[in-house]
Amino acid sequence: MTTATLAAYSVVAVYSAMTVYVLAFVAFALDLSKRSAIAQSALASAKAPASLSLATTASSRAEKAGSTAVIDKPAPPAQPTASPTAGRASRFQRTAYALVIVGWTVHLTALILRGLAAGRVPWADLYEFVMTGTAIMIGVFIFIQLWRDVKFLGAYITAIVVLLLGLASVNFYVPVGPLNPALQSAWLVIHVFVATLGTGFFAVGGGLSIAQLLQTRREMGGLARVPFLATFPASEVLENIAYRVIVVGFAFWTFTLMAGAIWAERAWGRYWGWDTKEVWTFIIWVTFAGYIHARATRGWRGSRSAWLAIIGFAAVMFNFTVVNLFFKGLHAYTGL
Amino acid sequence: MASRPRSSATPRDDGTSAAADPLRPSDHIDGTPDDAGAGVTQPRLKLVGYLRFFWRQLTSMRTALILLLLLALGAVPGSLVPQRSSDPNGVVAYQANNPDTFKILDSLGLFSAFTSPWFSAIYLLLFISLVGCIIPRLKHHLDALRAQPPKTPARLERLVGFTSVTTTTDAATAVAEARSLLRRQGYRVASYDGSVSAERGYLRETGNLIFHIALVGMLLTVGVFGSYGYTGQRILVQGEAFTNVISDYDSFEPGRFSTESSLQPFQLRLDSFQPTYQFQNGGWAPEDFAAHLSTRVPGGSWTEQTLKVNSPVEIGGTQVYLLGNGFAPVVTVKDPNGTVVYAGPVAFLSQDGNLTSSGVIKVPDGLAKQVAFQGFFCPTPVTTPTGCVSISPYLSKDAKALPVLQLSVFTGDLGLDKGVAVNAYALNEDKLTKIAGFRTDVPGLDLHVGDSAELPNGLGSIEFTGIDRFVSVDIHHDPTPAYALLFAMLILGGLLLSLFVPRRRVWIKAIPGRGKQPTRIEYAGLARGEDPTLARAVAELAQRHQQHLDGVRDSPPGEPPVGRT
Repeated sequence: MTTATLAAYSVVAVYSAMTVYVLAFVAFALDLSKRSAIAQSALASAKAPASLSLATTASSRAEKAGSTAVIDKPAPPAQPTASPTAGRASRFQRTAYALVIVGWTVHLTALILRGLAAGRVPWADLYEFVMTGTAIMIGVFIFIQLWRDVKFLGAYITAIVVLLLGLASVNFYVPVGPLNPALQSAWLVIHVFVATLGTGFFAVGGGLSIAQLLQTRREMGGLARVPFLATFPASEVLENIAYRVIVVGFAFWTFTLMAGAIWAERAWGRYWGWDTKEVWTFIIWVTFAGYIHARATRGWRGSRSAWLAIIGFAAVMFNFTVVNLFFKGLHAYTGL
Repeated sequence: MASRPRSSATPRDDGTSAAADPLRPSDHIDGTPDDAGAGVTQPRLKLVGYLRFFWRQLTSMRTALILLLLLALGAVPGSLVPQRSSDPNGVVAYQANNPDTFKILDSLGLFSAFTSPWFSAIYLLLFISLVGCIIPRLKHHLDALRAQPPKTPARLERLVGFTSVTTTTDAATAVAEARSLLRRQGYRVASYDGSVSAERGYLRETGNLIFHIALVGMLLTVGVFGSYGYTGQRILVQGEAFTNVISDYDSFEPGRFSTESSLQPFQLRLDSFQPTYQFQNGGWAPEDFAAHLSTRVPGGSWTEQTLKVNSPVEIGGTQVYLLGNGFAPVVTVKDPNGTVVYAGPVAFLSQDGNLTSSGVIKVPDGLAKQVAFQGFFCPTPVTTPTGCVSISPYLSKDAKALPVLQLSVFTGDLGLDKGVAVNAYALNEDKLTKIAGFRTDVPGLDLHVGDSAELPNGLGSIEFTGIDRFVSVDIHHDPTPAYALLFAMLILGGLLLSLFVPRRRVWIKAIPGRGKQPTRIEYAGLARGEDPTLARAVAELAQRHQQHLDGVRDSPPGEPPVGRT
């Protein structure tokens, strides 16, 4: 097959993946409304105002087989919380998750075709970078399910991915081109790939932090109109999962920064020069370093640190799109 | 291993106090809150009291956090306006376009944001805070590394993963088994009366300290050691040799501590330059740039080397990088008698991807007046009313569109006589008169290779004799990269240890039953820092320990271990 054919098939695959993701999003949204219905009927049947999340906490405490909280701080929730829906995920959720897997397979096919067409790794211009980045976001989302059931984030993740992919396909598309001499390095494979890995973890972490903030408000008596939150884990559990996910992202991001510095030393003659992209990578690193410190600071754990995680992810998205497109700098590889 | 008792008696040091180890600032989530702060116990602060108060504030978690956030925020403006360090031309353009806002922003130091006093203040405070935090922690950790795990708490029920089982094995055997089991699992073990106290994951705090110390090391490397380096740029035309002395650079930026003697003696010569382009998507895209250089150190002979964008040439501890490239038309200027007054290649800087290039030729001496030529060179030209535009980066071989050099001619004062440095690639037209070219009565010069033309007013003639290539190189001497890399690896390694090694204490206690009653064994753990898998680890430990005990008193079919309470 010629380059052009392969590239054309890749485009078809991207649009197919987007369609499947949209369907998955719809199914995840239906799942959320189903959760709302479950939560409301549970609320109605339990006359007492004790909500489901109280039941959740109680059951999770009980499950810890006689463990008691340390006086200084609540015991870390060691086992997955017994969410009311765990074990009997709604049909919508199962459908949605299956669609995500299908969409991801198509998405990966699109990536591979693009890579074959170009004869190199498919992350050398902005369109390809978004394509790879979103595939990794979904990959991280799927990977995390092996450890923890966070399928309730499905609507959030599929929405972000569809929006980014749509934006990239419509606005950033460039035909397959040769590799700019500055990009001809093994570091392209490592540095950019690890950066997108970090982005994937930050995306899931950001979603968990948003859920945590909402859950905190609900636990304090607000957000009665969002009943599906009652079926989510308690805010403290969400916070702990978010933290685990974000520190993995942070480790990747630290590596990205260093690999980038080594590469910059090879290509531009200095390992750090405050180029706009470098500045934003630094800002993101410092923000998440702040997040990790905030979680260890009395008075900052909880909602405040969650805000930092969300700001950090917003900065990642800003770096991903606005800085790439509108800021002048050496990382001018959008191909646009 | 030293069995010295724990000397630093922290409050509530029964092994369950979270503040005991690792040491943390008082507002750390694991720290001991000190509500009785200096302000309460000392109503009237003396100087020392104030100093201590400020020091405590500076080294607190909250201050470090605020400073971190300020650092992130403070870096934002530096990405919004061009920086002198990374984009000097952008700064000049900004000044030309917005002279008023430029003055305000410049007074705030925004054009060199990352060396500005306010940005420096943030990171210096942050690092002072960091040093103030890690020194006591380092001391504490070194003590902890030599100390025994603390005494088993009297009551384990309150702790994480508390499990209690009964067994027919006697207490002494159970404790001995527990000890060897924990040892095998990498715990540091201490036996107390009828119990085992164990701790593992010291690497977590070690990693954390390495991470933070390496950050300080990185700052010192870049900030202090980096000042011994220098950087300079030079345009090198084919055949031309460069000697590494300051006067041979086109531009040179010394580091704060670098001197003339920091320049390693060597020579560079550009032998040839080979670019490769690919035609794709309606345009030419660069595929590969290869500059073939010869280098020589004193006493040595010329060695051939290839310089590419991603592979610098190293010579005498100094790196040479390929920055740009272009065409250098070779011209000869003669006076009316035919005496050569100027001859050689002149680098024309490329303006676009197809190497439409612009340049200036200055002839200060030898003609009746000072003369300058300004114009364009196009390797594959298309002619437009304002000059040529190139449509390919390759030199055209098509007889209908041969490479062309289009020049306007100026006479007057070139400004070269005052000894002031003047940009060789630009023309200050203030004291010059245009005598040929666009918007004058005389048409400009349109030269192909081999052409020559008479200059207006009988000044002389110019001949376009050939086309050379040039490259622009960046020459760096930076003593820091090896150290920066070392610290970077320490930062990354320390970070991974501090984030992913769990630090925990576990206890196994055997309480002998009275008379014929079975022995009761208790298990519990305590997290030191984030440790989400602690409860599971204690449960697994309990299970494994019981399996071992079952193995020990295998032979009699006595009663199986009684269920959990």
